[in-house]
Amino acid sequence: MSTTTTIPPRARVQRSKEHILEVVSDSGEGAQKCGQSFGAVSAKMGNGAWTVEIIPAEIQPPPRTPGSASGVRIRIGEREVTNWGDEADLCVAFNEQVLLSRHRLGALKEDATILVENMWATHDDPLVRTAWEKAMEELSGRSYRIVGVPMEEQCLAVTDNPRRGKNMFILGLLAWIYDRDMERVREQIALQFRKKSPEVCSKNIELMELGARWAEANLDFRIEVKAVPATAPMVVMNGNQALGMGAMAAGLDLCAMYPITPATSVSHYLGEVFESVGGIVHQAEDEIAAIGAAIGASYAGKVAFTVTSGPGLALKTEFIGLAVMTETPLVIVDVQRGGPSTGLPTKVEQSDLLAAMFGQPGDAPKVILAPATIEECFHCMVTARRIAESLRCVVLVLSDANLATGVQPFVRPKLDPRWQATPFDPAPVPEGMRPYEWDERLGLSRRFVPGQPGGMFVATGLCHDEGSKVTYAPEVNQRGCEMRSRKIAVFQQTLLPPPVSGPDEGDLLILGWGSTKGAIEEAAERARDEGLKVSSAHLSFLSPLQPGLPDLCRRFRQVMTVEINYSDRADAPFVAAESRRLGQLAYILRGQLLLDVDCWTRVPGEPLRPGRILEAIREKLSKGVAR
Amino acid sequence: MSTDVCSLLGCGIDEEHAYEQSAYEGPLARWCPGCGDHMILAVTQRLLFEEQLRPEQVVFVSGIGCSSRFPHYMKTYGFHGIHGRALPVATGIKLTRPDLHVFAVMGDGDCCSIGAAHWIHAIRYNVDMVAMLLDNNIYGLTKNQTSPTTPQGHPSNTQPRGSYLPALNPLTATLGVTNASFVAQTADWAPGHLHATLEAAYRHKGFAFVRILQRCPVWTPAVFRDAAQDPKRNEILVDAKGIHDADTEKLGGKLVPHDPSDLHAARRLAEDGGAVRLGLFYRDESKPRYDETRHQRAFAAEERIRVLDQEFDRYAV
Repeated sequence: MSTTTTIPPRARVQRSKEHILEVVSDSGEGAQKCGQSFGAVSAKMGNGAWTVEIIPAEIQPPPRTPGSASGVRIRIGEREVTNWGDEADLCVAFNEQVLLSRHRLGALKEDATILVENMWATHDDPLVRTAWEKAMEELSGRSYRIVGVPMEEQCLAVTDNPRRGKNMFILGLLAWIYDRDMERVREQIALQFRKKSPEVCSKNIELMELGARWAEANLDFRIEVKAVPATAPMVVMNGNQALGMGAMAAGLDLCAMYPITPATSVSHYLGEVFESVGGIVHQAEDEIAAIGAAIGASYAGKVAFTVTSGPGLALKTEFIGLAVMTETPLVIVDVQRGGPSTGLPTKVEQSDLLAAMFGQPGDAPKVILAPATIEECFHCMVTARRIAESLRCVVLVLSDANLATGVQPFVRPKLDPRWQATPFDPAPVPEGMRPYEWDERLGLSRRFVPGQPGGMFVATGLCHDEGSKVTYAPEVNQRGCEMRSRKIAVFQQTLLPPPVSGPDEGDLLILGWGSTKGAIEEAAERARDEGLKVSSAHLSFLSPLQPGLPDLCRRFRQVMTVEINYSDRADAPFVAAESRRLGQLAYILRGQLLLDVDCWTRVPGEPLRPGRILEAIREKLSKGVAR
Repeated sequence: MSTDVCSLLGCGIDEEHAYEQSAYEGPLARWCPGCGDHMILAVTQRLLFEEQLRPEQVVFVSGIGCSSRFPHYMKTYGFHGIHGRALPVATGIKLTRPDLHVFAVMGDGDCCSIGAAHWIHAIRYNVDMVAMLLDNNIYGLTKNQTSPTTPQGHPSNTQPRGSYLPALNPLTATLGVTNASFVAQTADWAPGHLHATLEAAYRHKGFAFVRILQRCPVWTPAVFRDAAQDPKRNEILVDAKGIHDADTEKLGGKLVPHDPSDLHAARRLAEDGGAVRLGLFYRDESKPRYDETRHQRAFAAEERIRVLDQEFDRYAV
């Protein structure tokens, strides 16, 4: 271990197919801006990239504490990168305490390279010096290579407030290590600071260049991850921006929301641009009012959506039932976070599936779909709007915190005006037609919209007949439930079986949904490289389920879901078949299809690491139980 | 809104049709005999008839409770939603369809208890609609439970030894909210005044809050008995800019001059006194309207796609 800064400037180039780096700072020091810029530049150069934010729950937690760690992980590769990977190869830390937080979480490789601000080692405050020494002692248990970097000292040459400039210095340092195209880095900074004065922008570029020069003079290693520029035009954004753009592509008119992490940034994005296509972001007084306004707008002939996270979904329950009962088209986006209750507001989980499916008292059939990539976050909004309108139903989109802040390049969509909602037709309703005149076979009916002469009816949450007349006659309730359910069954007939990644038979099939797709496929691929007969399939639709699952499962000796939600381990104390609580998709598959599906699920408050899934696969295949 | 815009959007008076009153009348109301809601319904239908509104351009939104059955008895569009949540739905409708005439009908439990948060914010949003609070001082449909406006001491099934606390005053509450733009009180037993009030509320550009004192002959027959049977006990707010109903004013109640632009006087008069006060407490059409502020023009699909395509340029690699 060495903390010296006098390293001979002859750099050895280490070639790698992929590399994982992290930048962590105290909250507010800009590590995220630095990391996101680095990720964007890498994507633009043609590297595969996946970026995940490391977010503390508070805005400005006490500095220099492990809990204040704020930053970003970037995984870049020669090929497409589909998840955040396992442990990091390189970590840049603005102080030793935030570094400790990553160390303690096992986020760093045994032999990771660490670049840490070294001003703390010689700080005036003896408490700080002691903290540094203790930290170094704790870190010495690993074979990290620790390199001290005089970030503050260097930045003082350019700025009076180095705390606000270190991030750009580090961007420059990383740009040199990874041999990034400096022109692109400058462009990225200009884009980042386009709303600030030109002086601010040039100051930041100056800091970045200083970082690159310092690295060149002082570091003895560089890393090369080949970039193959993409042939198709690409875009790069996070999942919440993609959801917002998807809402615009789908022709949605109203986003009614109430602030909740990690969903809110969808509305931040739309707040900036939605009005330029005639859309409205309505920040309602609460979660209930938000969905109420969305239902009102949809009832009035528009297509509206509401975006929330777990606690908000819970509050919206009664209104969801009303939308189902009145057959008002509605798109609900749930950017899932850790639960129960307030849980882990900034961390990923996939624990809302059963609540989405069964959260409403009474029978409330609806369509539930889950994007697995940033690109799917964009396209799923168009799909969701179409389903909601053509079926007059509620469509729930289950995204999560991993997708929300994850940044990944994808092929620029070729936009199509047919994706847009058709404006409602104010023509009179045909004489004698009723507002719920269900097609007996399909359960579908035509939507009447205020303004249409002859269509006047009262939408009601009470049991109603085809004419929307309130009645409590037993056969009417039976029939209403049947028709609202039937249209979901009809819709299921249009779905395709989930594609299989890997051979279509073997010893173990992994089933997943949502943001875990990349990690699962990578783990299964690595398992196959080890000679294990493992394949995976990822479900886009959770309600109704896609066809072909029983046939697919029969071709594998064992089937197991991998999910980020809680389940009891089968061998945990006291756990019996009667009490074992399962992964949420496993519950559904077992209940719906009578399939013998096991599950391996975890709730670590971070995306699943492919390496950890691989271990579970090995366990499952050797012992029949994944621990 | 100018006449041109009105005709373009298809709202307002239809020159070709003359609607009969029956054009607004739905099926026979199923409220109890003697319920004040019957009169409120009849007066509302009358108002729509006089205004010759196209029935398809009118939406009545309600929550849950006796009063919330109101849309079922109209022959317009209606949305009978969930308890306490009429206002968010009405807000969503008006925000995206400014051409529609929106009425929200609520009871006292609906508006002042379970839906109180929405009530406060709807006042502040000042979205153009008529909000009718049908206040009978009790939960009726669920059979006699204390509501926020139940008079102190009045026994109910949930507070059989009498309501513990002083009743919430919906008028002072409304007048206390920033951006309130129209606050009036009327009563089911004064149909002329009720009509004049609803007419003023309908014509008001903004959130017109009308508390309608409504008799419930089953659970609270006594609460408005004196006021209804002896109109001399009532006080009528009068002003050239206020609500004027000659019949009600002739009944002998005390006429109290009140300038409805005077918010402080309105708040003082809204405080509970000995008498029931009917009239326009406050009106200010200059208050900002959220629906007007947020209004967006319609964009064609191609236009939206073009803007979105430019947006993608920002994220291009």
